[in-house]
Amino acid sequence: MKHRLLGAVAAAALVIGLAATAQAKTLVYCSEGSPEGFDPAPFTAGTTFDASGQAVYSRLVEFENGTTKTIPGLAESWEVSDDGLEYTFKLRSGVKFHTTEYFTPTRDFNADDVIFSFERQWKKDHAWYQYTPGIAWEYFDGMSMPDLLKEIVKVDDMTVKFVLNRPEAPMVANLAMDFASIVSKEYADQLDAAGQKEMLNQQPVGTGPFQFVAYQKDAVIRYQANPSYFRGKQPIDDLIFAITTDASVRQQKLKAGECHITAYPNPADLDDLRADPNLQMMEQEGLNVGYLAYNAKQAPFDNPKVRKALNMAINKDAILEAVFQGAGQPAKNPIPPTMWSYNDKVMDDPYNPGAAKNMLDEVGVKGLKMKIWAMPVQRPYNPNARRMAELIQADFAAIGVEAEIVSYEWGEYLELSKAEDRDGAVLLGWTGDNGDPDNFLAVLLGCDAVGGANRAQWCNEEFDGLIQKAKVTSDVAERTKLYEEAQVVFKRESPWATIAHSVVFMPMSKKVSGYKMSPLGVHRFDGVDISE
Amino acid sequence: MANSATTATTVPAPGGGRRALLREFWFYFSENRGAVIGMWVFLFVCAVAVLADLIAPHGATDQYRDALLKPPFWQEGGDPRFILGTDAVGRDMLSRLIHGSRYSLFVGCIVVTGAVAVGVILGLIAGYVGGSVDSLIMRVMDIILAFPSLLLALVLVALFDKPSLTNAMIAIAIVQQPHYVRLTRAAVMAEKNRDYVIAAKVAGARPLRLMFHTILPNCLAPLIVQAALSFSTAILDAAALGFLGMGAQPPTPEWGTMLAEAREFILRAWWVVTLPGIAILVTVLAINLMGDGLRDALDPKLKRS
Amino acid sequence: MLRFLFIRLWLLIPTFFGVTIAAFGFIRLLPGDPVLLMAGERGTTPERYEQLMQQFGYDRPIWEQYLDFLGGVLSGDLGNSLVTKKPVFTEFLTLFPATLELSVCAILFAAALGIPAGIVAATRRGSWLDQSIMGTALIGYSMPIFWWGLLLIIFFSGMLQWTPVSGRVSLMFFFPPVTGFMLLDSIISGQKGAFTSALSHLILPTIVLGTIPLAVIARQTRSAMLEVLGEDYVRTARAKGLTPLRVVGLHALRNALIPVVTTIGLLVGTLLGGAILTETIFSWPGIGKWMVESISRRDYPSVQGGLLLIAVVVMVVNLVVDLLYGLINPRIRVS
Repeated sequence: MKHRLLGAVAAAALVIGLAATAQAKTLVYCSEGSPEGFDPAPFTAGTTFDASGQAVYSRLVEFENGTTKTIPGLAESWEVSDDGLEYTFKLRSGVKFHTTEYFTPTRDFNADDVIFSFERQWKKDHAWYQYTPGIAWEYFDGMSMPDLLKEIVKVDDMTVKFVLNRPEAPMVANLAMDFASIVSKEYADQLDAAGQKEMLNQQPVGTGPFQFVAYQKDAVIRYQANPSYFRGKQPIDDLIFAITTDASVRQQKLKAGECHITAYPNPADLDDLRADPNLQMMEQEGLNVGYLAYNAKQAPFDNPKVRKALNMAINKDAILEAVFQGAGQPAKNPIPPTMWSYNDKVMDDPYNPGAAKNMLDEVGVKGLKMKIWAMPVQRPYNPNARRMAELIQADFAAIGVEAEIVSYEWGEYLELSKAEDRDGAVLLGWTGDNGDPDNFLAVLLGCDAVGGANRAQWCNEEFDGLIQKAKVTSDVAERTKLYEEAQVVFKRESPWATIAHSVVFMPMSKKVSGYKMSPLGVHRFDGVDISE
Repeated sequence: MANSATTATTVPAPGGGRRALLREFWFYFSENRGAVIGMWVFLFVCAVAVLADLIAPHGATDQYRDALLKPPFWQEGGDPRFILGTDAVGRDMLSRLIHGSRYSLFVGCIVVTGAVAVGVILGLIAGYVGGSVDSLIMRVMDIILAFPSLLLALVLVALFDKPSLTNAMIAIAIVQQPHYVRLTRAAVMAEKNRDYVIAAKVAGARPLRLMFHTILPNCLAPLIVQAALSFSTAILDAAALGFLGMGAQPPTPEWGTMLAEAREFILRAWWVVTLPGIAILVTVLAINLMGDGLRDALDPKLKRS
Repeated sequence: MLRFLFIRLWLLIPTFFGVTIAAFGFIRLLPGDPVLLMAGERGTTPERYEQLMQQFGYDRPIWEQYLDFLGGVLSGDLGNSLVTKKPVFTEFLTLFPATLELSVCAILFAAALGIPAGIVAATRRGSWLDQSIMGTALIGYSMPIFWWGLLLIIFFSGMLQWTPVSGRVSLMFFFPPVTGFMLLDSIISGQKGAFTSALSHLILPTIVLGTIPLAVIARQTRSAMLEVLGEDYVRTARAKGLTPLRVVGLHALRNALIPVVTTIGLLVGTLLGGAILTETIFSWPGIGKWMVESISRRDYPSVQGGLLLIAVVVMVVNLVVDLLYGLINPRIRVS
């Protein structure tokens, strides 16, 4: 049997035009869904980033594998001007784009590629701004890059300068995100000449650790190691994404040896997976938070004491057990513990229904009726909002608060929950993009975001002052202090019931080594090896 | 299709004739052993549904936080309080299954009633009026039938602001009614020019009376058989929609929804996956057995052979 | 015959337009908004929202959008998916062979088992064999197939590890799709073991999707056989002393199969509906799964294009079945 399989691998290698070696090492990853496309910039799904940005592309700045620390990528080094408005990047020389069946590069990576990669997302009159119908640059716009960028200057072939309109401390971290992946201008020109611009999204060419071979829709993506990767060729030869949307099926395939590593196991199956002698399990706290946001503009929830009392009525341990099945940890701060500036000194509101009831009586709230909004979809920060809402409903009933659970279709849910006059508390959450606390605190709790992503409709001058100051400060130690203080204010005022941070698990075969879990939630396979 | 013998006995409809008819029906129905078994099982499910509040040991949504995912009592680790075990949030499986029977029967009844009511009326109109009204109705039915029913139901459910059992029932009823329209129309066309109808017409019966009182009773046999069939299909489709997350929403103890919720426990807790499926299968099987018996008893063509 | 064909085609035209209106209208009535869904938790600014609505053309009057859609349909352009940005028609074509392969296998499986089972049941009418065959068929007919699929996975893939869990072929094999049918492609590729692998991946989905058709075919065959066996010419053949096998095989079967073939044709709709569940359970990359995902993502163009194409497939198959039936059985042509 083994013989036959090896033969097949060799034959497969011949078909795709590889030098066939009998020891070709193949790593199979059972992924959770199909990528939307292979150009990482227009999309927002982590599944797409795994298959495109992480595998195929690299960026000027990279997150160090397994951390949220930024390290040099295609840029060897960079300098920030004193006013925080100019970022000058020195590019790495001798970096080669992938040579594939559909593209052979004639030149190395240079400043033109960098400028092309950003301007196509930025300039509305750029020939590639609308290269395929219905395309939109969600992340570039979402991170406010169009407002932030003044110009991108090519200083020389190997130097690029980003000029900003205002100082932005998270700028470098932004450039390590998937939307900032560097695409080949030469390849784009070739596609343009052939009248096949849309292929940029179907047959990617990058400088990343793996190069694209083939994609069968909803079934398989195949990559091979990039032989001239600037950090050296990967230990494995072939990388396969076997698209398997169902979690139980992924588990079965892992156990049967049909794949070596997989993501998002059912919490219910963790024990079974841990018990399997052929498997190992990695785990890490996700960079996310799940919360219940009260409407701080709606009486009686405009009173912090009412919010505090309700927080004290929620039995988080029961939620973690029944909803997360142990794949989560209770949250006390609005940012996850893996993030810098997390304030561990903050004390969580204790679970105490008796005290909670007294507190409500104290402020004269009796026979309170409210709505709890439960999301209709499964998210990493809340695997089952409906179930969570039921548990909270029961907890509230214990202190005499009658809660009704409501839900809407997901798009509507997101939109309706933004309204400042929304009725009720809403279950929602957030997954971090770039590991910067600003990405949580300002986006979700800032005064600007009221009527938008600030679902608590909570605007506190003290809190807002702290985070605004931190945003324009570039010294990390000072920013840390400001954010720690903001978390104390947050807890005192309790605009949310912070519920949980998920814990992410990666079960894999014991043959796999070198895998590091990214706190950002992406799955990357550089540095991974497999033994036979 | 109703044969002329039945027609002859139904139309005058004297009391004795009707009883004789029933007796004849029961004779043929009870000949089919499967049908009788099916009927008893069905009656049992009905009784369970009616008495759910009395016989269920626990509430369908009561959560026992100290007993999450307990296996049935005969297995190691089982809890005697929960005969068939508990689900992921500590709800008693047996009680949920018992309460679930209500939803399934309810779905069947409502869907069939709705589909029959709309379908029969449209079919009568199409068959009786004819002409462009007929063409219009039948083309619309063709359009509905051009889509696979489950797919259409799925899209229809998505049309409503949020998935729920009610929305699923409406969707399934819409998808099923073309069958009644077609059956009724065909039957009306066949009966329309029979002597007894013409006689009634000549006697001055108004169209509505003609349609409902004179023609309809003679098309009943195939409609009843179809109704039994769509009762079971409705239960299956509602469960399928629930399974795809587009039907009843948790914590409703609807069997398909329970299956969807249980899917993540497929390897760890067999009982949460297996039991709702068995409940669906048994109920649907019982109704189909009965449907076969009905067909044998009502369809004279098969009776002869 | 020509006249019959003509009438049938003529009737199809309004239905086709009705289907385009239905496919288009359903989607427009869907609540929820693709732009908001795309933005997710991150949200979008009002200006950006307007811009995207305009870009997708959702800000124009509904009838204008419909005429655009209809014009596109008639020229073979169904628009681009909002998710993948690829043409909907291309997406359909890449996924349809998977569904077709599965459906054909399911029908073959159902016919291969169902027809003999029906014949045996009919010839042994009333025996225990007849009863157990018909009992089994009725269980199959009552089966919630999504649950049946889960059971088969637990048993054959989980406990016995006989069959692979999901997918169409082992990942060890890689060959370019020529026909899109994995069984054929695996033969064409000439790779050793590829065909066996493709076949083993097909077994469970085929059984699951074929279960209800199998039950229907078995029941239909049995009743058709019973009817034919009661006809005069069969009695005559029997009276002439022909062996039962000859009677059944030569005379009865041929006539009994006509309604069975029709039934098989009419099962296409059932199959495509069943494919939604089967493909979801087995991660089978076909149009059923695609439709479910497109609906939940509010991918308007994919849903409306997919609905339309599926309806066209159903209509064409029904037409062909009707024509075949008309050819075989001249009596119905008139009505």
